[in-house]
Amino acid sequence: MVKIEAYRSDAENQWCPGCPNFGILAALKNALVNLGKKPEEVCLVSGIGQAAKMPHYLKCNFFNGLHGRTLPVAVAINVVNPELITIVVTGDGDCYGEGGNHFLHNIRRNPNITLIVHNNQIYGLTKGQASPTTEAEDKTRLQFEGVELEPLQPLAIALLHGCSFVARGYAGDFKHLSNLLVEAISFKGFSYVDVIQPCISWGTHSVSWYREKIYKLPQEYNPRDKEEALKKSAEWGDRIPIGIIYRDDKPHRLFGDYFRKNIFDGKLTELGCPPQRLIAEMIERYR
Amino acid sequence: MIDISTIVSGAAGQGIHTIGYMLAKTASEAGYHVFSWQEYESRIRGGSNSYRIRISDKPVNAPLGKADIFMSLDRESKAKHLPLLKTDGILVDEEERGERVITVPFSAIAQRDFGNKLFANTVAVGALTAVLGIELASLKKVISHEFAGKGGEIVSKNLSAAAEGYKLAKRDCEGRCPWTLTKREQRYYLISGNEALALGASAAGCRFMVAYPMTPSTGIITFLSKHKDELKIFTEQAEDEIAAVNMAIGASYAGARAMTASSGGGFALMVEGISLAGMTETPLVIILAQRPAPATGLPTRTEQGDLLFAINAGHGEFPKIVFAPSDPKDAFHKIVRAFNLADKYQTPAIIMTDQFLADSYFTVENFELDKMVSKSCLVNPDKIQNYKRFQLNDTGISPRLFPGQSQHLVCCDSDEHDEYGHITEDLELRKRMVEKRLKKYELLRKEMRPPEEYHISDAGAIFVSWGSSRNAVLEVVDVLRENGAKVGAIHFTELWPLPEYEFPPEKNYYTVESNATGQLGKLLRSDYGVKVKGTINRYDGLPLDQEYIRERFENG
Ligand SMILES: Cc1ncc(C[n+]2csc(CCOP(=O)(O)OP(=O)(O)O)c2C)c(N)n1
Ligand code: SF4
Ligand SMILES: [Mg+2]
Repeated sequence: MVKIEAYRSDAENQWCPGCPNFGILAALKNALVNLGKKPEEVCLVSGIGQAAKMPHYLKCNFFNGLHGRTLPVAVAINVVNPELITIVVTGDGDCYGEGGNHFLHNIRRNPNITLIVHNNQIYGLTKGQASPTTEAEDKTRLQFEGVELEPLQPLAIALLHGCSFVARGYAGDFKHLSNLLVEAISFKGFSYVDVIQPCISWGTHSVSWYREKIYKLPQEYNPRDKEEALKKSAEWGDRIPIGIIYRDDKPHRLFGDYFRKNIFDGKLTELGCPPQRLIAEMIERYR
Repeated sequence: MIDISTIVSGAAGQGIHTIGYMLAKTASEAGYHVFSWQEYESRIRGGSNSYRIRISDKPVNAPLGKADIFMSLDRESKAKHLPLLKTDGILVDEEERGERVITVPFSAIAQRDFGNKLFANTVAVGALTAVLGIELASLKKVISHEFAGKGGEIVSKNLSAAAEGYKLAKRDCEGRCPWTLTKREQRYYLISGNEALALGASAAGCRFMVAYPMTPSTGIITFLSKHKDELKIFTEQAEDEIAAVNMAIGASYAGARAMTASSGGGFALMVEGISLAGMTETPLVIILAQRPAPATGLPTRTEQGDLLFAINAGHGEFPKIVFAPSDPKDAFHKIVRAFNLADKYQTPAIIMTDQFLADSYFTVENFELDKMVSKSCLVNPDKIQNYKRFQLNDTGISPRLFPGQSQHLVCCDSDEHDEYGHITEDLELRKRMVEKRLKKYELLRKEMRPPEEYHISDAGAIFVSWGSSRNAVLEVVDVLRENGAKVGAIHFTELWPLPEYEFPPEKNYYTVESNATGQLGKLLRSDYGVKVKGTINRYDGLPLDQEYIRERFENG
């Protein structure tokens, strides 16, 4: 049995007091404990931003890389060591802005990792500029007259490119989010959870703005219906659904399948160097 | 001494590559030293390209401008390249007749006798083999091997086509072609820089190669992807070079030897990643196959224009390794060394080549596989109590483990961090971390090999060069010395950290580089305090050769 204390980190937390990021942190720890995973079995990958500081606040392996470059690092870790539970923790700017190209193409790759996006619709760490999900017309500390771009629809993008686990969570609902993360982490394939996380320092919406609109997808909602999922993914305004929007449990091609099925099924670290006679033999072909 | 240069020119898509490569293989099969290089336009069809093959009974491995034998597959290319034929050279042509011409209508023969123009190239190789005085048997062996996968009928038709071209040319050769390349027992390797790097990386235990296509580096990942089953290497085409470098870093953090490759433009996109590898102390190998820049430049030509960029690549101060091998054998061994040093010092290593080295086929007499040790520097987790990934110590080299290897947690941060890898704003600690990273630089500097010296003791004038121009430079030294000039050469292949080296005083130094501004020359002045007397530069996209260097040296 893994206890929640196992994940306790001594690092000083730099988030604003009362930030809903704390809720996501608690939910993630709880999910990992519920899954019975030990810290050494888990690897968090993050970029730069407030969200991306998460790995410092729970104890496990982590690679806190560059702004926007989480997914490439995580995918590679997963190829080298498929046994590690690899989880990306990132922000809306990190993932959809700076790292947008990696977001698109790693959906297509379908690696067996989990992507958690702390979506506060703002650049928190750099003090309040628009992010790709900030709504049009919203005024920010840089877009003083209001944002002139339409917001990105990341859930729809994921659905349209074959992501087989698409969910939306809310940082303010610990139990719901924790369960969502358990489902996402245990899912085989690319599992993607966009978590609504109000920014109480720079956000364009208040916590209550979100709280009033958020509702849980009902029991009878069928997450296997892609058309319905597309509709739900676009629902943002008076009402905002949370829960598993789409889930397809059919076995899918996973990134690295060819290699694992035909070449080597294990950790690449076990391979070491190829035998010298193999290299010698290949060089001989040039003679 | 035998030293014959042949040029085959033609439009892209006409098959000069096939002809040139087959001829190079045939001469190699006959036991000779072969060096071949190509210059081509960045297009798939049309234009005019050339394939140059130099054959000798001694090691040459450097290009020459002028040719003894010339063949062209279309009029435009003939007009463009024929001036490169020496006045006493031999022209092999489809229609022209003359005293110094061998007439073989290869297209007509292919159509008439073999029912398909596709056999024209084989007829042409047959003709060139005859002109060179190589036995037909050598070509037959190459054809049987190269076409083996295409079925018996294709092989036998090609054999007949080669024999036909050979026969016709032989008839015209009477009294005109002075060459006889009788079969020798020697057997050498004929290999390109890209192939040697790919094999070397694999030999070093590289298990993860990721890249975004960019000429002239693409051949490396293509080779590894083609041979991934036997070499057991994971290959992936990234969505861009930024992804490529970050994937390589992720794989390396996870414990695998990993690399990526690109040319200048893609390398520029990787630069932030190089700094990340420096900060997180993650081993990383990047191949930078240079081509003429700025920007897209001349995509298929050669240049050494990125030396200062490479050694300065990455924001901030951290150790970095830059090598520039001189030929495929050196490339093979050097990339193994790059993996080992990147691993030992936990820092990025850059291998610089260029289109010339990447694409050219060089003759290698032997590889020294027995001298090749591939050593991983990961520590034993069982011997560690309180694991600190960035432990401060005398060497600056902290114990490296990978995640999932043991109960020890491996934490890395691109922010400044404490010994455990956690983000910090403790400025005293920051200072110590900077010093820790730079300590590695000092140790690394001691590992760098000094430049190669060639005939320097009695030389008044010394050429100083780096990377792929080595063989051209050594050749010009030989040629000039034969003519009584006291010259020598100093050649660098390990460029950063610059090795400890004393330049002999009272010599006249001339830098020889494939760039316009003399980038190595700048380093000589700033880091070694050497006065550079003159610079010989080439920046028209073609490789340095002995004739070019000599001309610039003698005429100032
Ligand atoms: C290459 C690069 N560009 C810009 C930055 C500055 N920067 C740091 S975090 C950030 C935005 C973060 O926004 P988000 O990912 O939404 O994270 P949040 O702080 O909102 O959680 C920016 C622009 C950087 N660190 N690196
Ligand atoms: S800036 Fe916003 S998102 Fe960042 S810690 Fe503060 S409240 Fe949270
Ligand atoms: Mg944000």
